[in-house]
Amino acid sequence: MRITQGTFSFLPDFTDEEIKAQIQYCLDRDWPIAIEYTDDPHPRNVYWDMFGMPLFDIRDPAAIMQTLTECKATFPNHYIRISGYDRSLGRATTALQFIVNRPANEPGFHVERQEMSDRRIRYTIRSYAADKPSGQRYE
Amino acid sequence: MAETGNESNEQVNLDQAWSDSQIQTLLDKLDEELVGLVPVKTRIREIAAMLLVARLREQHHMATDRPTLHMSFTGRPGTGKTTVAMRMAKILHSLGYVRKGHLVVASRDDLVGQYVGHTAPKTKEMLKKAMGGVLFIDEAYYLYRPENERDYGQEAIEMLLMAMENQRDDMVVILAGYKDRMDTFFQSNPGFHSRIAHHVDFPDYSLDELVQIADLMVRQQMYSFDADSRVAFREYLELRLQQPHFANARSVRNAIDRIKLRQANRLVQAGGSIVASELARIDVEDVRASRVFRGGISAEHIA
Repeated sequence: MRITQGTFSFLPDFTDEEIKAQIQYCLDRDWPIAIEYTDDPHPRNVYWDMFGMPLFDIRDPAAIMQTLTECKATFPNHYIRISGYDRSLGRATTALQFIVNRPANEPGFHVERQEMSDRRIRYTIRSYAADKPSGQRYE
Repeated sequence: MAETGNESNEQVNLDQAWSDSQIQTLLDKLDEELVGLVPVKTRIREIAAMLLVARLREQHHMATDRPTLHMSFTGRPGTGKTTVAMRMAKILHSLGYVRKGHLVVASRDDLVGQYVGHTAPKTKEMLKKAMGGVLFIDEAYYLYRPENERDYGQEAIEMLLMAMENQRDDMVVILAGYKDRMDTFFQSNPGFHSRIAHHVDFPDYSLDELVQIADLMVRQQMYSFDADSRVAFREYLELRLQQPHFANARSVRNAIDRIKLRQANRLVQAGGSIVASELARIDVEDVRASRVFRGGISAEHIA
């Protein structure tokens, strides 16, 4: 099951050129870029691990693409996303965020229906991949 | 411009290309802002011409390697190396050789770390910041310390060399420093020497040029010399040139700063009411009060 989230979730995965263009868009607006990765794709897992420091003071997308290449080489089978942070007063939020790398095989989620009193049902989703310990999930 | 492609008898309008690239505006500005430095300006003009022709050749599908653009600026302190580097970044940008045209100034402290494993990330970060622009490494010879074989500078040098080779499209590196020390540096790091295409030497300013610079600075700061104080300042420079630690334009700027201080002091001490133009006028006494006229600074602290 292909997991989608973030700004361009409805689009097919970006090519490097398209990623670069989006990064340029962020830099033009003075949004620092951060590269994050995870192997726990649960939708409620919003805090991913950051790859190195946030990329401040960078003027050219080539530098960020280089860091992204390093991140992909280190975590080829993790989810990797890029986010642009708008620090301006009144905004101070992630302005744009999209997935740039995903595991080759995404097993999807199991839906658990918990029977409760009065025929009520409580739903839980659990990633099949998350059964294994972190680091061995998408090998 | 090159829609028709390969025909070698096609007309190329060089005047048009030259004015389109706006180099002339940049060079004119350089002429205006920097007094003297004729060999440097000629060199910059030559480099600009070469880059323009390379660009045109590329547009007409003639095989052109991307020219190596890394440079080394050598000269005594205060001869305008940083200023020219900034202008160079603009020129390279207007010709499309760097994408952004900003200048990142780095010194040994920005590149070399304090402990094992600290240097690589530091250097890498500076290189990333400089991408799309020009990395200006001031006093580059401090990177290499032969007396300490475990110095981390070597690591930074290796990374720089690699970046100069592999990321030629992304950035241009300019090394700067004193001539003799740069020569030693290049001798001990032949890799640098061969990767740098343009060695530009900045000559010292002559006395006349220094006076011109002073005039320009004073005018920019909305002050003015009167006839006497200009003569006095010329004498000041003549004496100052004989004394140690003379740093060309930078010393001129420092001298003017001190003159401004003395001028303000004089005005406040005199008190009373004056015409507004007196606030801009530099009196001969403000210049003459310098200790350079009283045997100099060699014994006292460095100006």
